[in-house]
Amino acid sequence: MDQSAALDAAPVASAPASLAGGPPGGAARARSGPVGFFLAVLRARPMFAVGYIIVLLMIFAALLAPWLAPYNPVTAAPDDYLQPPNALHWLGTDATGMDILSRILYAPRVDLTIAILGTLISSAIGAPLGAIVGYYEGRSAWRRALSVLVMRAADVLQAFPVFVFAIALVAVFGQSLASIIAAIAFVNIPIYLRLMRSQVLSIRGMRYVEAAFVAGASDVAILRRHIIPNAIAPALAQLSVSVGWSVLLTSGLSFVGAGVVAPTPEWGSMIATGFQNVTTGQWWPSVFPGIALGIAVFGFALVGSSIEVLADPAQRRLVGVKHAAG
Amino acid sequence: MAPLLDVQNLVKHFPISGSRKTVQAINGISFTIEKGQTVSLVGESGSGKTTVGRCILGLIDPTGGGIYFNGRKMGRDHNVRHRDVRGRIQLVFQEPAESLSPRVRVADLLAEPLIYQGVTRPDRERRVLEIAARVGLPTGLLEKYPAELSAGLQQRIGIGRAVITRPEIVVLDEPTSALDPTARAEIVDLLIGLQRQMETAYLFISHDLSTVRFISDRVVVLYLGSIVEEGPAATVFATPRHPYSTGLLASVMLPHPSLKPEKRLTLVGEIPSPIDLPPGCPLAGRCPFAEDKCRAAFPPPVALGHGHLVHCINHEKVAAMGAAVDFFGRFQVLADRILGVAPTLEKDTVQ
Repeated sequence: MDQSAALDAAPVASAPASLAGGPPGGAARARSGPVGFFLAVLRARPMFAVGYIIVLLMIFAALLAPWLAPYNPVTAAPDDYLQPPNALHWLGTDATGMDILSRILYAPRVDLTIAILGTLISSAIGAPLGAIVGYYEGRSAWRRALSVLVMRAADVLQAFPVFVFAIALVAVFGQSLASIIAAIAFVNIPIYLRLMRSQVLSIRGMRYVEAAFVAGASDVAILRRHIIPNAIAPALAQLSVSVGWSVLLTSGLSFVGAGVVAPTPEWGSMIATGFQNVTTGQWWPSVFPGIALGIAVFGFALVGSSIEVLADPAQRRLVGVKHAAG
Repeated sequence: MAPLLDVQNLVKHFPISGSRKTVQAINGISFTIEKGQTVSLVGESGSGKTTVGRCILGLIDPTGGGIYFNGRKMGRDHNVRHRDVRGRIQLVFQEPAESLSPRVRVADLLAEPLIYQGVTRPDRERRVLEIAARVGLPTGLLEKYPAELSAGLQQRIGIGRAVITRPEIVVLDEPTSALDPTARAEIVDLLIGLQRQMETAYLFISHDLSTVRFISDRVVVLYLGSIVEEGPAATVFATPRHPYSTGLLASVMLPHPSLKPEKRLTLVGEIPSPIDLPPGCPLAGRCPFAEDKCRAAFPPPVALGHGHLVHCINHEKVAAMGAAVDFFGRFQVLADRILGVAPTLEKDTVQ
């Protein structure tokens, strides 16, 4: 038997070269590496490109703010207070005379840091915990007890309104960047926990999980190789949505005074301080950061849905076919 | 020497939540498989044939009885995942698409069982290419995802995964029923070819009787979780002695007008619910020969020679009726005459 195996192997020994070259004759979609494929997806779904452009612009603004911003974002100019948009101050000035455009450009530094760190921490804790709870749920007595414990803890976390909970955390840990990040991470954990758990619960009974079991895979291998890759897409999509939503939450916290300390440039606190002027007709200190905030959340939501498409071979294929047809 | 696989008095009852009743899927089944042999489990849907396969693989825990692999009892601690057993018992699923993880490339799917055996990467790559050639997967497909392939090719991956570890036994759970007839013939041919090369034993679970007749050494007929008849495939198909096997075989349609099964023995009614089965022969409610004795206790096996066993006290009446006509034998003779050659399917030429 082994001899025949060796004979069989001989003629195909040169095959790896053809493996790398992809299918002979070419499939429906051109495969010029991951970048080419990524561009093909963007061509097929132009809205995704809008999302990526928005997110990239935000990152650029955060990185290049010192060069892009025409004024110092935290220097008050009492003489120029509440100027409407004009040639010197494109988006006007606020009640203390700080340039709104400069502040909007600087704001992503704070907002993105808080949102991205908070989201990464919450997903890094919530998603694996959810996968484990989902996989072991109902398997044996002590594992059932563990999953009940984790899920009821999540219930308790979610029983509080998110905002109230975040305010309470900031109140306890003090008003600092770290405590805002911790608050955002904490309130997001149950989202990833539940998302992964429900996905894993449906995936763990799939035939391919049984196939891996029969192939001799350990629980860790089954989780790592089969369950998590197949369950992760909604969580990845949620990641980007969470970043957008966390920007909103950060702004909300700043708006009620539990977020960043004034005069740190931050969209929420800008809206909050400008909002007193809206009643007297000076809409610009509030509206422009509000628009920036809305666009940012929208951009992250688009990136989120694009990740869901990119992570799913079946959806990738649909997009690819569409691209080939159009 | 102990047989390769020995199933002894296997029982599996599934509890029904909120009830003290159970679904009696398997009620004391015993059979053995020898090295390189093909044993088929046949029966209607709900006869428990898939459950037997799942118990053997440790996907579910049996309620009672024992499964012995090379003389060693299988259980929670000694199952397909145990280091000594890993890769030696494999499974091919009914649904090829669902048994392949959609996010794993074909090459990695094929290599997966080897990873758990601790085979090094260069060896794995070599054996993936070797097995791909053997099961008829063009190497260009190895970089694809399973969703991009047809059901027939997907089932080839499933089979390739199963045999890449050179297992001693493969459980084939209706491997052909989700395929169209052309792909089915190719897969059956592939399975026979692989068995010849690798001396693997097969436990073939199917309701596709013509395929069963074609590939099995022994046939075990199941009805409601009990064995009603077993024996060499040719014998059971030519001279079935249990009323149920006779009725089952009469239901097969063969592609020739003269081979219309005569329905001299008809089973009335449907397969009853496997919940709270009464004692006695499970067929008693549908059988034209049923007596009070049948309802009292399940009939013990009657040996008819050459390993042909039937669990029926009236098996002579069944034989006397002549209800059993060897359609399969006659079909094979007819087919041989029409084709002028022995129906040896040509070897795969995908490469």
